Amino acid sequence: MGSGHTAHLHVDGTTAIHRLAPHVKLVGLVAFVLLVVSVPATARGALTILLVLAVGVLVATRVPARHVLPRLAVELPFVVFAVVLPFVAVGPQTQLGPFTVSQTGLDAGIALLLKGTCGVVAAVTFAVTTRPRDLVRALQHLRVPDPLVVIASFMVRYVDVVLDQMRRMRVARESRGFRASSVRAWPAIASSAGALFIRSYERGERVHLAMVSRGWSGSMPVTSPLSATSSQWAVALLPAIVAAVVSATVRLS
Amino acid sequence: MSVPVLDLEGVAYAYPGGHQALFGVDLHVHRGERVALLGPNGAGKTTLVLHLNGILTPGRGSVTVSGLPVNDGNLLEVRRRVGIVFQDPDDQLFMPTVRDDVAFGPANLGLRGEELETRVGEALAAVGVSDLADRAPHHLSFGQRRRVAIATVLAMNPEVLVLDEPSSNLDPTSRRELAEILRSIDVTILMVTHDLPYAVELCERAVVLSGGTLVADGATREVLADSSFMARHRLELPVGFSI
Repeated sequence: MGSGHTAHLHVDGTTAIHRLAPHVKLVGLVAFVLLVVSVPATARGALTILLVLAVGVLVATRVPARHVLPRLAVELPFVVFAVVLPFVAVGPQTQLGPFTVSQTGLDAGIALLLKGTCGVVAAVTFAVTTRPRDLVRALQHLRVPDPLVVIASFMVRYVDVVLDQMRRMRVARESRGFRASSVRAWPAIASSAGALFIRSYERGERVHLAMVSRGWSGSMPVTSPLSATSSQWAVALLPAIVAAVVSATVRLS
Repeated sequence: MSVPVLDLEGVAYAYPGGHQALFGVDLHVHRGERVALLGPNGAGKTTLVLHLNGILTPGRGSVTVSGLPVNDGNLLEVRRRVGIVFQDPDDQLFMPTVRDDVAFGPANLGLRGEELETRVGEALAAVGVSDLADRAPHHLSFGQRRRVAIATVLAMNPEVLVLDEPSSNLDPTSRRELAEILRSIDVTILMVTHDLPYAVELCERAVVLSGGTLVADGATREVLADSSFMARHRLELPVGFSI
């Protein structure tokens, strides 16, 4: 997938993180996120250290900020929730600047923000350094059930095809003077969505036909097996190990 | 006479809904032939094609591929021998990269490692797209996708290549380049098409399917030269084209 990956998350690069085997990276990511979640919510210092670590790893990928920052926007709904939480939660009150807010809500909001950002930053790091194809291979290598791997793989492959179809349908609607300006436009949009579903479903049937015609019998063949050295494992698991140590230290102290 | 690559005897088929699509089709295609399968929309061409590799099984009659009857026990071998290239390359190319997609068929046949690599490399080279191996299918032009779709099937070393509308949606240059590729590969071809000049150019023999029966089988030029026959079966040459 050498060129023109504007629509996807992945950005080509040559850093050590790019070169890690994808399944190793995936295990490292999941372990790190789970361990961050295991840190007690009150340990803000510890969570901040882990956030700095996550951001450090993201920066180490040398992927330009203009590419990374928009991807982080996926966290926004959680940020909104975290900001609202101190105002809506009940319990003992405390003073925050000009506002009187709930102490429990404030604690929960800050913890949510720190843990959520850690998770999103780690996930974006994985996404920008891993080709979609390698993600699929990693899932396959980690023995994720075949139907799930195939669904993920087809989503990667067909998202552009479906979006393109959607765009053509919109152009065709607008070419006949349609404007989505009021509730009265909804039926037309709804039937477009229905038509898109039917067309995608039919495409699914044709793809299945093409697969069966080439000898498919229910499981995806592994054509290029993955392997990793123990030093790769060590590098990939390093953030998770740090998180484990931090989590244990907080709990024991 | 040698054993035909494709041997259909009285193939009849009705869809589960009751619509009868084929009424007893006899067709023999021999090694090295390039045959055009012509016919108006709804003649049953696609239904016939789906019988060739056992996706559909005839209600009556039989299909044999190089002496091997098409039945549930032989499906994998039949699908290796009969390579179908579907009309929309987006249906055919479903893997994340061109290389993975071309490897899909031979991998299903059990090939791995070096052998698989070689097979993929040869198939890509045969259609002149070796440089696209690591690209994603949705980043290719339509003409490139059509060629890769052919490579995905060639990688299975088929005995017969069945092409569904190979020239559709191609610009004139891609259309000509594809014709050159099809002429250069050493494989039996059955080509379903509405593009009659393309059939004349590539196939010495043509069969016409109309209303679920074969109504003509002969030299392409002779079949297409009979204008009253052509009109009866809703076939016509483009304006300005004469044989």
